[in-house]
Amino acid sequence: MKIVVCIKQVPDTKGGVKFNPDGTLDRGAMLTIMNPDDKAGLEAALRLKDQYGAEVTVVTMGLPKAEEVLREAMAMGADKGILVTDRVLGGADTWATSTTIAGAIRNLEYDLIITGRQAIDGDTAQVGPQISEHLNIPVISYAQDIKIEGDSVIVERQYEDRYHVVKAKMPCLITALSELNEPRYMTPGGIFDAYKQEITVWGRADLKDVDDANLGLKGSPTKIAKASDKVRKGAGEKVTLDPDESVSYIVDKLKVKHVI
Amino acid sequence: MNLEEYKGVYVFAQQVDNEISSIAFELLGKAKDLAKDLNTEVTAVLVGSGIKGLADQLAEYGADKVIVVDDPELKDYRTEPYAHALASVINQYKPEIMLVGATAIGRDLGPRVSARVATGLTADCTVLEIGDFPLQAVPGQEQLHNQLLMTRPAFGGNTIATIACPYNRPQMATVRAGVMQKIEPIKGAKAVVEEFNPGFTPDNKYVEILDIVKAVTETVDIMDAKILVSGGRGVGSPENFKILEELAEVLGGTVSCSRAVVDSGWKPKDLQVGQTGKTVRPNVYFAIGISGAIQHVAGMEESDIIVAINKDADAPIFDVADYGVVGDLNKIVPKLTAALKAEIAAAK
Amino acid sequence: MDFTLSKEHEMARALFKEFAEKEVKPLAQEVDETEVFPRETVEKMAKLGFLGIPVPKEYGGQGCDPLTYAMCVEELSKVCGTTGVIVSAHTSLCCDPIMTYGTEEQKQKYLIPLAKGEKLGAFGLTEPGAGTDAQGQQTKAVLDGDEWVLNGSKCFITNGKEADVYVIFAITGMVEKRGRMTKEISAFIVEKGTPGFTFGTKEKKMGIRGSSTYELIFTDCRIPKENLLGQQGKGFGIAMHTLDGGRIGIASQALGLAEGALETTIQYVKERKQFGRTIGAFQNTQFQLADMATKVQAAQLLVYKAAMAKATQKVYSVEAAMAKLYAAEVAMEVTTKAVQLHGGYGYIREYDVERMMRDAKITEIYEGTSEVQRMVISGALLK
Repeated sequence: MKIVVCIKQVPDTKGGVKFNPDGTLDRGAMLTIMNPDDKAGLEAALRLKDQYGAEVTVVTMGLPKAEEVLREAMAMGADKGILVTDRVLGGADTWATSTTIAGAIRNLEYDLIITGRQAIDGDTAQVGPQISEHLNIPVISYAQDIKIEGDSVIVERQYEDRYHVVKAKMPCLITALSELNEPRYMTPGGIFDAYKQEITVWGRADLKDVDDANLGLKGSPTKIAKASDKVRKGAGEKVTLDPDESVSYIVDKLKVKHVI
Repeated sequence: MNLEEYKGVYVFAQQVDNEISSIAFELLGKAKDLAKDLNTEVTAVLVGSGIKGLADQLAEYGADKVIVVDDPELKDYRTEPYAHALASVINQYKPEIMLVGATAIGRDLGPRVSARVATGLTADCTVLEIGDFPLQAVPGQEQLHNQLLMTRPAFGGNTIATIACPYNRPQMATVRAGVMQKIEPIKGAKAVVEEFNPGFTPDNKYVEILDIVKAVTETVDIMDAKILVSGGRGVGSPENFKILEELAEVLGGTVSCSRAVVDSGWKPKDLQVGQTGKTVRPNVYFAIGISGAIQHVAGMEESDIIVAINKDADAPIFDVADYGVVGDLNKIVPKLTAALKAEIAAAK
Repeated sequence: MDFTLSKEHEMARALFKEFAEKEVKPLAQEVDETEVFPRETVEKMAKLGFLGIPVPKEYGGQGCDPLTYAMCVEELSKVCGTTGVIVSAHTSLCCDPIMTYGTEEQKQKYLIPLAKGEKLGAFGLTEPGAGTDAQGQQTKAVLDGDEWVLNGSKCFITNGKEADVYVIFAITGMVEKRGRMTKEISAFIVEKGTPGFTFGTKEKKMGIRGSSTYELIFTDCRIPKENLLGQQGKGFGIAMHTLDGGRIGIASQALGLAEGALETTIQYVKERKQFGRTIGAFQNTQFQLADMATKVQAAQLLVYKAAMAKATQKVYSVEAAMAKLYAAEVAMEVTTKAVQLHGGYGYIREYDVERMMRDAKITEIYEGTSEVQRMVISGALLK
């Protein structure tokens, strides 16, 4: 079985958010990590590899620095890494991104493609389903459990108040939730091995069956009209009182606001 | 693509088990505002099996027209037949704007359909308005009017971006649940109902649903609660949530929690407020023993009144709280419950 | 000369750091308080290969260099000195001598399970009457047919009772050296469970309280002849060479403790307010931190240099001694200052620096006291 896992290098917004003195986001100071949902997707692929035997190829699109997440994935146990990087691909929205990644995946053999549900920088959850559309294969989003049965996958597909047990013939694409599993750590030896391996680097010319009009900033239907760092609502009152006084303080405020 | 051909504000009227989801009504409320600005109509797209009877409800919540795609293949949600239904409606009727709920269904359907009809999609919008693109006129670039401007948070709620889709149609957005206001339903309102069936031929993309397992929850959806008593890791233990539950009960509210609590296995995921949980905007939000990580704040800062109780005077929750109390929740909360109980009894 | 770490080392550090933060830090206080050996953490580390970092892959290890191993001990010790020494004693004092002096059979039988973390290792040299004076050994081994018979005891043994494999030193005879009769010392591999091998009392310590420190007792303990490690009579050299490596591990532990205390203190002085300002706004605090950070940096350079010397040089005793001497003294100084900057809270167990200061003290004592390190260094200078 051949599994392709799509991963993304993202700024670590969890806890490590840094601001400039003027209140804007200091992206340069933020650490980058493998997107958590993608890491769960990779772990799912590695578990399928452990269980059924599979070749796991990780694909990422980004700046040359994104090579780091490929190395990390390989240190966890992925077999091959492909970096899709090219100036003309920059500034892509989800449509252009999914077009690009689909163009890269067309060069590969695959039974299963796994992506994370969404990335913590954009939170769009679009690229996975859009890749599947470009490749004309079924998609099962929000997977909380994945099993293989013959030439099919059986997936628990999560909804707000239920889950569906869904069966799809491979090849198909699955988007993974971070709740799917607890991703494994790398191993020290795995890290050194990962750096000894070749990483395949593809540019625009290597993408299969894609139109320049659908790539990069120019090929993105959505355009940013305005971006700003969020202006937070200011702090209200803050008091330090003994417990009884604290209680009267809250009760008074709720009365003033007609809550009680 | 002749953009002029595309007219009207369309809403994907999500239904589950032949019951219209609340998000559909919220989207209709917003669609009505947008349609007014554009001087056009609101159309709901109802997709399912045996669902014709639901059209009137959509009319009561503001739909001028309802397109019904009714087919046995559409009984339970599956990406392919639903994507085929919605994409076919778009190709046939050419809407200017297509709104979809940012639900577990909509966030799957939206991207698949947008890729199929080759347009942009803006995810998880919190503000939708009609305006110009670019916002200010730029020399050498035509300023387009009557564009849908879609605003959404990104970077874990740290930034907001306003996005347009100026050269493709429809302008598609998924909209976060609980953000848009539904209108007061107009009893007896009727819409033009039109049936449309593009034909459904199963292929490899029609996945098979082997089983549907519904989660049993007796609790009220925290997105509907007027008063939320929310606890964080500072509550200390699952057992200690009892004091929060007692406070919630006195006020007729509901208990919710932070991500840390869900991660610790103290409370189920559907009670989680925040970026990766639910966005809530109750009348009163009590943040008890919650430090106020940015992901949490992103999900509750729109609350009308925020009361925070935390022993750490420097906790970031105090930066958004209207009323912050620095102190031990174990001492304050039970006393507060007792005091409120007395107040409410006295008022009767 | 390039002081930047390779990408591999950076990533390995990130791995150790993530593991330490997620798996080790949450337990550090409890491990100290209860003095219970963190068995689950050891099992987790075993699964990830942390117990065989510098061991070649063909012997079940990770095949990494000593620097990677040093960084592992450093990152673990930043959050928990106990966990740091468990890895250090296992790797430097048990895996390393078997790797260096063991026969192929011994490597197959002992090194592979040790490196995989299926077994835990320990090292027994110190005796009640033989600390710094390692020649003062009393434990004896006598060859009786196909077996060595051990009698005597060892004390202050890290990983004692928890470990499965012990490298033990004992007197195997007397030889004439420069006209004087001296003890001939040899090294042995002893398995837990061997009849006649028992454990005495568990030591109650000031710091690294979760590490298991025991007395080992040998009473007519018979081990197979082939468990002699290295040549008969070469035990003293084996012990000294092993301790050279061990000192790099302890230097890394000391470094980690100092770094952990510094980081914790930086965080604290930004939050703690006195006289209406954070205490970090006072120049005394700033200058103290500057001194602490400078010394920590210097210690790191010495430790990394020693680790790299182990990879490239046959003899690295002086590098290891300097690294251990300096890092241990920096650890003691920095943790003490960290407690001082925390004020009253620094003296309270709820705050990590209190534990770090107690943990730091041992690094000036074990695997050669600071005085022994000075002897090693000056001995080389005046040779």
